[in-house]
Amino acid sequence: MKGFTLADLKRVMRECAGEDENVDLDGDILDAPFENLGYDSLALLETATRIERELGVRMPEEVLSGARTPRLLLDAVASAR
Amino acid sequence: MTAPAPASTAPGTRRGTALVTGLDVRAANGDGTEEFWRSLLEGRGGIGPITRFDASGYPSRLAGEIARDPGEDLPGRLLPQTDRVTQLALACAAEVLRDSGLDPAGAPEYGIGVVTANAAGGFEFGQRELENLWAKGPLYVSAYQSFAWFYAVNTGQISIRHGLRGPSGVLVTGQSGGLDAVGHARRMLRKGTPAVLTGAMESALCPWGHVAELTGGRLSTADRSEDACLPFGERAAGHVVAEGGALLMLEDEASAHARGGIRPYGEVAGYAACFDPPPGSGRPTGPARAARAALADAGVEPADIGAVFAEGAAVPDLDAQEAGAIAGVFGPDAVPVTAITSRTGRPGAGASALDLAAALLAVRDGLIPPTADVGRVPAAYRIDLVTGRPRPMAGDAALVLARGYGGFNSAVVVRRCGPTPR
Repeated sequence: MKGFTLADLKRVMRECAGEDENVDLDGDILDAPFENLGYDSLALLETATRIERELGVRMPEEVLSGARTPRLLLDAVASAR
Repeated sequence: MTAPAPASTAPGTRRGTALVTGLDVRAANGDGTEEFWRSLLEGRGGIGPITRFDASGYPSRLAGEIARDPGEDLPGRLLPQTDRVTQLALACAAEVLRDSGLDPAGAPEYGIGVVTANAAGGFEFGQRELENLWAKGPLYVSAYQSFAWFYAVNTGQISIRHGLRGPSGVLVTGQSGGLDAVGHARRMLRKGTPAVLTGAMESALCPWGHVAELTGGRLSTADRSEDACLPFGERAAGHVVAEGGALLMLEDEASAHARGGIRPYGEVAGYAACFDPPPGSGRPTGPARAARAALADAGVEPADIGAVFAEGAAVPDLDAQEAGAIAGVFGPDAVPVTAITSRTGRPGAGASALDLAAALLAVRDGLIPPTADVGRVPAAYRIDLVTGRPRPMAGDAALVLARGYGGFNSAVVVRRCGPTPR
């Protein structure tokens, strides 16, 4: 099974929570806090649910709440698989 | 929390006088204030066959649909989390702000509030997510369902998007809501808030919303749009569902004077609401009581009113009650009456907001838009229904009447007013 990449994450983020006109998701966002990217807790919940559905994994809430940047969320996905 | 900053009192202004300094309309017969107004004056209606879903299997197959996708005017970020009704409300609110000339960034932090009404909530969004829950399971339900279905969501999204942090609220009073929201916003002005963005928006044109409307038993089953909604007509047989509504900026006169050079659409001079007595009591229903109380609140006599914008339920016993109330308050055939729901259809709480917008434009321009051709009006109604062509309006004030399913009655008096000094 191939890895879940930053490109995959950006696609899911765009699909389920849209894109903030003032933020370029194609820029260097790996360590940018989600709130700076315009994604609040609900947008992240929606994103995480979509990832769980796509990959058939479960990510516990305490893991998710610690995933404050795209890099940390990708790490959480990797360790959930 | 810090108290709202009171509006500075300019000389000659009356604190709590509520001017309408911004307006936008979304209706089946006109997207935007002036297009809506032209349609009404030229007698264009927006009722047609339902296209948003397959309605062929339902007893009512007509609606007042808005053609333009409101999402085109919004940032992509807001689309996944909003129902169509909220998209309409957000697009409309942005135009109201622009039209008013008020800059939220320049206003006191708690200086502008938001008070909206809505009767159905985000039905289409809710139907989709319930379908997902039923067909696929909980993981497939959008996290945004938590608020996107909710009546209060329009107020919340408008407040968040524009940073309007003043006293805010939501009213759920059925079709009367458009007037009740404005009445509540006026209370906020009297307590010292300089301006409140208010009004009502509705859109529930999906099977779930349609079935809910059908259970009320008041929808027309006509197939031709010209027969569909005949308020006060002898052949009246129900109204037509619709989407739309109107939002407006209600601004304290002192605030508008301080800004200077504002041309208000008019003044919300009086408001009142009451409930019907319990069924079976034998006492008359509420429209006359609400109308008299609104006139008293505005300090005007029936003879000062140049036009009545009626609810026009297009249901015979409800029409008879409303006509009786109008004839009782004003005298038989004594005041011109119009019912624009014959053109727009009836978008829940948005319907009374549309009536209010039309009344404001009527006092601005001194013209009463005609009701659609409803055929013969029963002589017993004793009302002077304006049909055919617009009629010049006498005087400078109009009365708007609304009723909501379940016994709500509301009335608003609007009055013409001149520009504020520069």
